[in-house]
Amino acid sequence: MASTTQAASEAAGNAAGAAGHAAEKVGMPQLDFATYPNQIFWLVVALIAIYLILSRVALPRIGGILADRQGAITNDIAAAEDLKQKAVEAEAAYGKALTDARSEASRIVAEARDEIQKDLDVAIAKADAEIAAKSAESARRIDEIRASAAANVTEVARDTAAAIVAALGSKADAKAVDAAVTARLKG
Amino acid sequence: MELAAAAVLGKYIGAGMACTGMGGAAVGVGHVVGNFLAGALRNPSAANGQTATMFIGIAFAEALGIFSFLVALLLMFAL
Amino acid sequence: MATQEHGEGLVFHPMDQFSIRPLFGDGAIHMYTPTNATLWMAFSVLCIFTLFVLGTRGRATVPSRIQSVAELGYGFIHKMVADVAGKDGLKYFPYIFTVFCFIVFSNFLGLLPKSFTSTSHVAVTGLLAIVVFVTVTVIGFVKNGAGFLALFWIDSAPLPLRPLLAVIEVISYFVRPVSHSIRLAGNMMAGHAVIKVFAAFTPLILISTGIGVIVTPLSIVAISAIYALEVLVAFIQAYVFTILTCVYLKDALHPHH
Repeated sequence: MASTTQAASEAAGNAAGAAGHAAEKVGMPQLDFATYPNQIFWLVVALIAIYLILSRVALPRIGGILADRQGAITNDIAAAEDLKQKAVEAEAAYGKALTDARSEASRIVAEARDEIQKDLDVAIAKADAEIAAKSAESARRIDEIRASAAANVTEVARDTAAAIVAALGSKADAKAVDAAVTARLKG
Repeated sequence: MELAAAAVLGKYIGAGMACTGMGGAAVGVGHVVGNFLAGALRNPSAANGQTATMFIGIAFAEALGIFSFLVALLLMFAL
Repeated sequence: MATQEHGEGLVFHPMDQFSIRPLFGDGAIHMYTPTNATLWMAFSVLCIFTLFVLGTRGRATVPSRIQSVAELGYGFIHKMVADVAGKDGLKYFPYIFTVFCFIVFSNFLGLLPKSFTSTSHVAVTGLLAIVVFVTVTVIGFVKNGAGFLALFWIDSAPLPLRPLLAVIEVISYFVRPVSHSIRLAGNMMAGHAVIKVFAAFTPLILISTGIGVIVTPLSIVAISAIYALEVLVAFIQAYVFTILTCVYLKDALHPHH
């Protein structure tokens, strides 16, 4: 026990002595004030170097790069918007052209239809006229035939009546026979 | 002689006791993060904006533990 | 003490990785001495130059891979400043972005084996935080004049409570740079120190095969797990530092809650 306390006290004494002549031997180098001016000096140098590097070169450059990228993105979006607008316009133009063509086509169709109708009407009218003329001719001829047939009937009836009267043995008066036949035919 | 030995003994005991302060810091940091997580799980959308606040809270809680660690180191090596 | 060798031959040097050494020779560290801190800060500057200047050299509208990473970072911080600090905060965007880039690259470079994490030093993070604190306070008074003091006078609280709250607000305002810087340095330091502690346990199998069979694989798994956590923390702490800067800036620009 005595020896350990001896050793411990010696160690403590050594430490104290070491602290006296060479501060490096103190346990915590952080509390070695002899190195403070050195560290602070080099820290200030390092900080100034970093500050100059960053503020003069790096930060403006990175800021510029980011701004450029932002600008490029904005431009691209604007260009895309523009192209989209153009596409919409082209679509509208296409639609308009389509509508125009469709109306043109229907106009042409209507015109053609009208023309055909006109021709047709003319042809129908002509045919109607021809038909009317032909039917009038036919009617005339039928009338003629009917008239001649009636005349023939009258003639035959008169002749037949005169023959029958003669056969019965009496002298046929032509005028009386005529009158009788005519009266009978009318009846 | 005996006094010097007692001083050395006391120094080491003191350093050990100072280290218990770090346990308090551990509890504190755990408390901060745990509460943050509990809140963040209830309202995840608000969590992102508050991470910085959480780190500040951790830093404050931890600083005190570091102080006790520093006291331990000072006792061990500097005195 | 840290360099003290423990029993069983295991060697614990958890804080050694943070020590600052001159790059050339072994002399005293003066203000201008190039040290390992200088080297790794220079690597950060180099990485930032490569990513943001060489990576965006093409100025392509359709970005290359590296350029889109640069744009992602720019957009991320730009949005954060605009959202948190408001549109008038964008004037300070280059400085906020500078701080973010420096922290994020220092954190990630610090995760490389054998590297040095400049953001694990309170001197570094303290200066970053103090610059933010002073700048924000000056901006607050220049933009709002005495109206900036309305930040401490909470109108929504009951009148008797207001002086008390004002005292608390003033104290918390002046604690800001402390917590702002210690948070970052502490996180970086803690993770790296824990990795180193586990790393010290890994060679146990060489000393004692009995317990080493369990401890060595466990240590390796633990190192991997903590490394993964550290990758996360490296980014989150840069994010938190930046967003807190934005919050402070918002307070300065619009002090009326």
